[in-house]
Amino acid sequence: MNIRDMIKPNIMATPPSGIRKYFDMINEMKDAISLGIGEPDFETPWTIREEGIYSLEKGKTFYSSNAGFIELRQEIARYMARKYNLDYNPATEILVTVGGSEAIDVALRTFAGPGDEVIIPEPSFVAYRGCTMFCGATPVPLELKAEYDFRLQPEQLLACITDKTKVIILAYPNNPTGAIMEYEDYAKIVEVLRDKDIIVISDELYAELNYKGKHVSIAQFPGMKEKTIVINGFSKAFAMTGWRIGFACAHPDAMEQMKKIHQYAIMCSPTTAQFAAIEALRNGEPEVRRMVEEYNRRRRVMVDGFNRIGLRCFEPYGAFYCFPDIRSTGLTSDEFCERLLMEEKVLTVPGNAFGASGEGFVRATYATSLENIREALVRIARFVERVRS
Amino acid sequence: MQQEILDILQKNSRISDEELAVMLGTDVATVKAAIKDMEEKGIITGYKTLIDWEKAQEEIVVAYIEVRVTPQRGQGFDKVAERIYQYPQVTACCLMSGGFDLFVVVEGKTMKEVALFVAEKLATIDSVLSTSTHFVLKKYKENGVIFNRPRKDEREAVVL
Repeated sequence: MNIRDMIKPNIMATPPSGIRKYFDMINEMKDAISLGIGEPDFETPWTIREEGIYSLEKGKTFYSSNAGFIELRQEIARYMARKYNLDYNPATEILVTVGGSEAIDVALRTFAGPGDEVIIPEPSFVAYRGCTMFCGATPVPLELKAEYDFRLQPEQLLACITDKTKVIILAYPNNPTGAIMEYEDYAKIVEVLRDKDIIVISDELYAELNYKGKHVSIAQFPGMKEKTIVINGFSKAFAMTGWRIGFACAHPDAMEQMKKIHQYAIMCSPTTAQFAAIEALRNGEPEVRRMVEEYNRRRRVMVDGFNRIGLRCFEPYGAFYCFPDIRSTGLTSDEFCERLLMEEKVLTVPGNAFGASGEGFVRATYATSLENIREALVRIARFVERVRS
Repeated sequence: MQQEILDILQKNSRISDEELAVMLGTDVATVKAAIKDMEEKGIITGYKTLIDWEKAQEEIVVAYIEVRVTPQRGQGFDKVAERIYQYPQVTACCLMSGGFDLFVVVEGKTMKEVALFVAEKLATIDSVLSTSTHFVLKKYKENGVIFNRPRKDEREAVVL
């Protein structure tokens, strides 16, 4: 038996993340600067870590209820109400998951299957496509345009909708572009979706990292909450990536089914992380503000730097990524990133790793120290000048 | 704006006006004017460098001293505080609530030097009733900066 022949075709057909190859390259380098890391460079705030430690010291190492400790779900309900004006019942509408990633997987598995189409606006986080394919559903890429600062346009959405469309994934603030959607942007999308039987999976992991105004969730619009699965979490907002903890909010009828998948596949989210998350929601706000302020300063330095170098960079108002246009160098995204890494030891991620429409762009994160950002910009400037001459 | 500039300068006073302007999304002239204004008003009183003297292999002895004094009529503690903070060896001097009155930080090259200063200068001031000297053995954190903590970025260079 050849074990490969036994593997399901839709798993075999799913490509691995396009970013991995750079990992091997950078690992052998000295003095390399990575602008490729998609996680905060802050440590989890101490009071949050401390609650995790206390829970371990007290031996609280048991399972929680499948959906997560009710205290945590209550805090999440308060948080969603306080921050986004969304009311969810902690008993029936909230599920604590293993990071936002599990929530994405559970939501897709609940709604998408063979014959269904899932609209994925790209460039996007790479897991949406993979998880869609694991469900046997068909990913339908929607090409977001740089000319609209990568915000979703209603005409584009209309053009992608067929009678097979089951789900659309919205992810703002966006990884990799740093784009956000404001109230008026969503209003036009809501017009399109309101009377259609399409589920919205709204991945709002970066909601706290909005540098323009208050984050808007599509679930806030009349008639949308019922068909929207809101996904949020602690990784980006509270610098808690390694704890693996996030959550999903949905209509109780949907949640009842989503809980089954979580229950059978996962059991419950890590208990230690849940205790820490309770503290994050109760007392973490000032630390979040401090981190957001710091990101915002670095963001301005990086955007300014790219524009000075002549790599046009639209103003990214969310997350912690810049997405400069590198077409003026005459290089493809892959060539740019590979040569920049080999010649100047700066790692960026090619835009096309996030979907075909990312070609001509690269993703650079400012979730790294100002010193690193400054030095990286010097090296990139040197590189671009060399390429152009 | 003022608050934001102070916040940044407090962490790094070497940052250029140009970079401050970029970080705050404003222009250099505005930043320069704001800083000048704060200097004139005495909001910004100076620019210092944080040094781990131990690493610089300069021996420095620091003592935190609790001083009990008799307040003077009409002047309270101010007059005696003024007498004390004039000494260059005194790097900080505060009026405290609680079991003693003045908290004085003294720096010197050796323990003997500091002890002599306390015995000969501080304790002999008329209104000083008593002193209690605590020598610093090791500094873990000062001015919000943790000493001797190597910061290594251990994150994976690429994730997804």
